[in-house]
Formats: sequence, structure tokens, C-alpha cells
Amino acid sequence: MTIDQPRRWERFFWPVLVCALLLALWHYCVIWTATRIFPSPLDVERGLAELLRQNVLWADIGDSLRRVAIGFGAAVLLGVPLGLMFGWYPAANQVVNPAMQIIRPISPIAWIPVAIIFFGVGDNAAIFLIFLGAFFPIVVSCTDGVSNVPSISRRAGRNFGLSPFHVLAKVVFPAALPQIIVGLRIALGIAWLVVVAAEMIAVDSGLGYLIIDSRNSGKRYDLVVAAMLLIGVIGLALDLAFRRLEKVKSVRWGFRDES
Amino acid sequence: MSVMETFVTPVALKTKLCAEHVSMVFHRDGKTTEVLNDINLEVGDGEFLCLLGPSGCGKSTLLSAMAGFLTLTGGHIRIDGEVVRGPDPRRIFVFQERGVFPWLTVDGNIGFGLFKLPRRERERRIAHYVKMVGLQGFEKTYPPELSGGMKQRLEVARALAVNPDMLFLDEPFGALDSITRLIMRGELLRIWEAERKTIIFVTHDIDEAVQLADRVVVMSARPASVQQIVTIDIPHPRDISSPRYLELRDGIFKQIGLAHRI
Repeated sequence: MTIDQPRRWERFFWPVLVCALLLALWHYCVIWTATRIFPSPLDVERGLAELLRQNVLWADIGDSLRRVAIGFGAAVLLGVPLGLMFGWYPAANQVVNPAMQIIRPISPIAWIPVAIIFFGVGDNAAIFLIFLGAFFPIVVSCTDGVSNVPSISRRAGRNFGLSPFHVLAKVVFPAALPQIIVGLRIALGIAWLVVVAAEMIAVDSGLGYLIIDSRNSGKRYDLVVAAMLLIGVIGLALDLAFRRLEKVKSVRWGFRDES
Repeated sequence: MSVMETFVTPVALKTKLCAEHVSMVFHRDGKTTEVLNDINLEVGDGEFLCLLGPSGCGKSTLLSAMAGFLTLTGGHIRIDGEVVRGPDPRRIFVFQERGVFPWLTVDGNIGFGLFKLPRRERERRIAHYVKMVGLQGFEKTYPPELSGGMKQRLEVARALAVNPDMLFLDEPFGALDSITRLIMRGELLRIWEAERKTIIFVTHDIDEAVQLADRVVVMSARPASVQQIVTIDIPHPRDISSPRYLELRDGIFKQIGLAHRI
């Protein structure tokens, strides 16, 4: 055992302690400021229990996750092949890239009015926004991933008599995969950010809707904060789940060992 | 120089590769760089040939052109009488150990070029070459967990598995420590004697060239041309302290000094 390696209990103890301290700070701030609007951690906990009793919470979580799954899934299905193509044919990239670089910095939030014109108020508008948020990081990471593949790998593929398609499938794609996975992870994080914003405006279900609805119908800030915390926890869970992909042996070479 | 060229190689060989008036000019950023200048060379079937010259002299460019990765700006290279027009699985280029695919296991790497074979034959070949390069027990290991020497052996095994008739090796042992390098030279000679492939081996290490090659082609500074061809008439295994070895080595050393003004 090395000295630098934190012990097992320490790896859990310190992060938990930080969370507990933040909760305590929050709790005492509410008491000190004697606010009547902002809820204490205990209020939030009671609000969460109430939501669970009413059985709306699971439906809202499910709706948010479903929208992310569809929007993100569509972005993967379209973005990965497109990104691979741009990386493979730099000429195509040069033609399309300037237009993409103009559209890319536009926040998906700015698209909300446009999305509502296109799809009406409803699921499709929200899914479209998620798609937009996830699509560009995926395309960019795939393009970069492919163009960063060392030329000796491509040469080796050609040397063994692979057709251009097989060089792409058997050499370039696996060589770019670690970078693509990083891009997908970033895109998933963005998708989770966007779904909440989209649900505040375009739909009437989901965690984003829960927040805006709790505020509008009776200023239930305990529910607002409960939903916020849930969004954080689910976002963390999604990220951790995605990180497991980085441990798969055929891509692990592309990541620095963190254990 | 012409005296050396008239030397007959120890074994009378039929010509495998023939370079005729090969020249190569690169244009980059408006600058023109002449890399290869009128190179004429014949390589016999089954011969072990070293291209020797300091880094940057153009010998790797020549090797890449022989393997079909670069298009010449002048002259041509024939292999078995046919002009080289692109890479070919009959002639495998071995890079420094970086050429192995980190996303495939040892088995996967060796089997990479065998996609046309039926499964059983593929597995038999993989097993054969795993054994030949001494990687038994590492079949399911991924390259990042292998040492530099093991990765290099893996890449040689991957090349041999497709049963090529030529191997191009571009400073294959350059990244290895000196002890591993010595061992790898021995291994390569053992494999070469067993399989009798034509090998063209690029190196900047004079000792390496004299230990390995049937003939050493000393290249001049850029633009590279053939300065001298030295036949190493010492049978394997070579005694690297024998007078003949030292004589040949020192001769090449002098020649390199003349060619590069060091």
C-alpha cells in the first residue's frame, strides 16, 4: 500500500463530510436569515417525501429520462456517422465546418421559440432541443477523433489489404473510440442540462416542469429545491454509468488510469 | 564505390526488388525539398539488406516508397518485375512498436491481417506465431500491458502471420533499451533464417547494420543517394569482436563520416 493512495473508508468519508457540511451551512443560513421563502434541508426532505407519496415523481423522472434517451440517441445515430465522415473526408469537413461553427455556439435555449414553431408545444420540441444540444459535441469529437488517428495505424490497415471501408471500421473507428466516448459523455451531460430547460417551457411533465410548476402553483420552493437536487443526483448517476464504458478493455488504453 | 558494387552477394539470388533512378521531391509551404536523388538498387530474394544513414537523410522515405505508401516523383521501384503502385499484404511494413493496435489483444493483433482465412486456420496461424515470438500466456493481453520488446515482437508476428514475402522494418528497435535491442536482433535473425523473407531494414546504428545484414547500403546526406554498398561476408552467428567485423564496421564508419562530414 502506498502512502498516496487514500484508504477505502477515506474515499467515502471525506466527500460525505463535505456534503454534510454544506447541508449544515444551508440549514443554519436558513435559520440565521429567518427566511420565510427559502426552504431548509428538512423542508426539502419533507417535500420530496410528499412528491413520492403522490406518485408524480417517478413519472416526471421517467419523462425526463425518456426525452434525453430519444434526443441523445438521435444525436448519436446521426452525429457519429457524420463526424466519422467529416474526419475521414477532410474536404467535406472544410465545406460544412464554417456553417456548423456558426450554429454550434447558439445555446439550445435560444432555439426554444423556433422549436415550438417547428414542433408545437410538446414532447417533440423538447426532444429536438436535446438533440441540438448533444449533436454538435458528438460531431466535433468524432471528427477530431478520426483526424487524430495516427497515420501509421491507417497505413497498417491499408498494408494488410483492407478496403477503405474496413480501414474505417476496423482501424480508424476503434482508434478514435476513446475520444468519441469522451464526446458522448460531454454530450450526455449537456442533454441533461437542456432537458430541464426545455421542460420548463415546451411541455407539462418532467423534472423541469416540476420545478416551474412548483413555483407557479403556490411558491413551493421546497419542491423546487427537491427537484433541483434530484436533477443533480440523476445527472451524476448518468455520468458514472457512462464512465463505466471507459473501463472496457478495448478502449481503456485511451484513458489515463485513475485507480 | 563502383568497386564495392561489383561484389557478388554470397548466395546467388534472383532479384526481388529493383529501384531504378528513384528520386523524390517534396513541396511544402512553397519550399522544395529534394529527399531522394537517383537511387539505383537491387535486392535479392531472401536477402537481408540494411539501409544505413543518420536520421533525416531520407532512408525512411525510400522505405515508405518501396512499401507503396508514397508516390515517387521520379524513377520507379519494381518488385518481382511489377512496378509498386500501393501497399500490398505480400509486403508488410513494420513500424516501431507504435504500430500495434492497442484496442486488440495479442491474438487480435496477430490475427488482424488474417480476415480472409477460415476460423480454424486463422487460429492455428495465430497460435503458431504467438509461439514463434514467445508471447505464450499473453494471448488475451492488451498491448498497453506489454513491454516495449514484447510489443515489437507482437508487431513482427502480426506481419509474419500473413506470410508476406517481404518485410520492411523502419528502425524497429530504435525505441528499445540496449539489452532488449540485442535480444531482438537475435530473434529477428532466427526468424529470418527460419522463414527466409526478403528483409529491408532501416537503421542509423552502424553496429546493428553490420550485425544483421547481408549487405549494408550506406546512404549519403540529403538528398539521399547510394554512397556505398558493403557486403558483410561474415557467417551468422557473427562474432562482433572478430577482426573482419571490426574492419567492416570501421570502414562503414569512415564512409558515413565522408558522406555526412562528421
